[in-house]
Amino acid sequence: MSQSDSNSLNNGVHIQPLAPEHFHQQAKAALADPQLRQNFRGAMDYLKDKRKLAFSDVAEEKHIRNLSEAIRQRCLSKLPDLLEQLESNCINNGIQVHWAEDAIQANQIIADIAQRHNAKEIIKGKSMVSEEIELNHEMAKLGINCLESDMGEYIVQLDGDKPSHIIMPAIHKNKQEVSDTFAAHLDNFTPTIDVDELIQTGRSRLRQKFQDADIGLSGVNFAVAETGTLCLVENEGNGRMCTTVPDVHIAITGIEKVVEFLTDVPPLYSALTRSATGQAITTYFNMITSPRREGELDGPQEVHLVLLDNGRTQAFQDEEMRKTLQCIRCGACMNHCPVYTRIGGHAYGTVYPGPIGKIISPHMMGLEKTKDLVTASSLCGACGEVCPVKIPIPEMLQRLRNEAKNPATAAHPEIKGQASAASKTEMLAMKSFAYAATHPAIYHLGSWSATKVRGLIPSKLGAWTQCRSAPKPASKTLHQLLKASHKKDQS
Amino acid sequence: MSSSREAIFARLRDANPKVKTMETIAYQPWVSNETEVLKTRFIDGLSASHAEVLTTNRHALNETLKTLIIEKQFARIAIGTGGDLHSEIVKAISLVQITHPLNILQFDVDFAQCKSQLFNDIDAGITHCRVGIADTGTLVLWPDNTEPRTLSLIPPAHIALIKRSTIVSNFAELMVTEAWQNKMPTNIVLVSGPSKTADIQQTLAYGAHGPSQLVVILIEDM
Repeated sequence: MSQSDSNSLNNGVHIQPLAPEHFHQQAKAALADPQLRQNFRGAMDYLKDKRKLAFSDVAEEKHIRNLSEAIRQRCLSKLPDLLEQLESNCINNGIQVHWAEDAIQANQIIADIAQRHNAKEIIKGKSMVSEEIELNHEMAKLGINCLESDMGEYIVQLDGDKPSHIIMPAIHKNKQEVSDTFAAHLDNFTPTIDVDELIQTGRSRLRQKFQDADIGLSGVNFAVAETGTLCLVENEGNGRMCTTVPDVHIAITGIEKVVEFLTDVPPLYSALTRSATGQAITTYFNMITSPRREGELDGPQEVHLVLLDNGRTQAFQDEEMRKTLQCIRCGACMNHCPVYTRIGGHAYGTVYPGPIGKIISPHMMGLEKTKDLVTASSLCGACGEVCPVKIPIPEMLQRLRNEAKNPATAAHPEIKGQASAASKTEMLAMKSFAYAATHPAIYHLGSWSATKVRGLIPSKLGAWTQCRSAPKPASKTLHQLLKASHKKDQS
Repeated sequence: MSSSREAIFARLRDANPKVKTMETIAYQPWVSNETEVLKTRFIDGLSASHAEVLTTNRHALNETLKTLIIEKQFARIAIGTGGDLHSEIVKAISLVQITHPLNILQFDVDFAQCKSQLFNDIDAGITHCRVGIADTGTLVLWPDNTEPRTLSLIPPAHIALIKRSTIVSNFAELMVTEAWQNKMPTNIVLVSGPSKTADIQQTLAYGAHGPSQLVVILIEDM
């Protein structure tokens, strides 16, 4: 493997930060990187096979997907009430609840907590919402160091890189590349491609950090309104470490993660782990209901819950797009997406890549920036078919394409970046076609003319003919052919 | 930031979603009434997740524990201060100490005072389990004043004691029959094997951040 092959996308990244506005360019770079493509192909095939085995009973799969969809839809249909219930139960349990409309407010809340404790070190469990608000970057500006402790996130952070998958953040690297990363950033590391040794290196380097951290930060998989309980799904134990060892625990999550009852958790948890990694259950399932109670000898003295909107209420206000919020972040849509499998997660330039990223990012960042993403799909439907909560992702993509091209109508509230992909030329072309198609004389004249100039169509038509042959009109129009055959039948 | 709260709620309420009633679809996890089937599935699940499972009875528990400690060459062990099987744990330790040096950390002080020792000078922590879940081969830990959360988390090996009579079919059934919604403790942890990760090239490796070894001692009490 040559260095230039493995790093060509990374090199691009360092020159220009990844952004959804540069999707085409980033996708092109990824497609030209054979090592990256091999890493993703291998990982996606592995995860697809694992999921298939975990859902070996087709009837049971159908049943649990229907159930999970119904649970998420019920919870979303009561979202404001459930959030109030969650808040009041958390407060009763001693958890401090904070509300943030956007990334700036969320970072401010966390910075305030950190500064009140004179905190310099935050140790983090895996949290995509913290990526969403660029927490590490913002805290660094204040002299607060955030350290990732999930093995994949740790590797990615060492490289100054970003996660390329929501479940397996370092999936774009193979073991050789991980060894290279460790060699470049860790003292006294002997390069190795033995995965056990690589993991033990991560373990030993991070162990002291857990002891020293002032604050532990985590995400939340399910927030239970009924009891004010925060549930965390993980395999490594770093989630338990972050939420148990430091004196202060901050949990951050999107407002949509709330479920109504404790009994909503087991089916969703099973659907999540089987869809994500094909596991019947993860190694740890952590249920946190309060800070350390009187008489207890360990656990954080303070627990905070930060609830983030960041565009989620926009999706919520539209009945169809509200389904986007059913997501339980398993990543199965990515693993099964023919586009994601080929270009990987970085090319999207958004925190959430792949199919779910394409339908959630427009609400977070606006369609101006994300309008190309919604077109990056063949609408093959695989994402919708594997989604454990049955989000109709292909329909949602079509809807967003429509919103990107056209002004808002009375039927739906306007969304951020509405009509930002509208093109006057395209609009004029469509209008003209509509006129011709509804005026037979003009239409026939047009199609007849096409049969006459068929020899004059150039064989190269810019981007269209890069991977297609140029269209050649037939010598007779369909209308002429039908007329002729009709005559023949009569004679 | 109460204005943020109001603004978020205003947008949510403005959407005025039509409230959906409780779904009629029932969750159908794995279930069995046969105690032998429960035991087998529980052991198989844990073994598949790389936990070691030893079966004993209450009478022989201290001998089993003693042999385990000696065979694994654990020389520094952390224990709690209570629980149903606490006296057997203490007995096992004194049996080991007859022939082998064994340092004991009794977790009866504030975490701050024993944090460094737990991280750096302990080979194994011993805890009880409240319940076992047969479906997925899972231990349910319910840490309390006598067995704090970090006892099963920080030491590189976790020895978990579980009584066979506590094994139930599945997670959903457990929280309903025990009415968890009325008595959630500070923390509940479900444990299904030693700590692991597949974050590097989808290759499974054990001992990521939690215990690298999980030894489950199943006590026959039926």
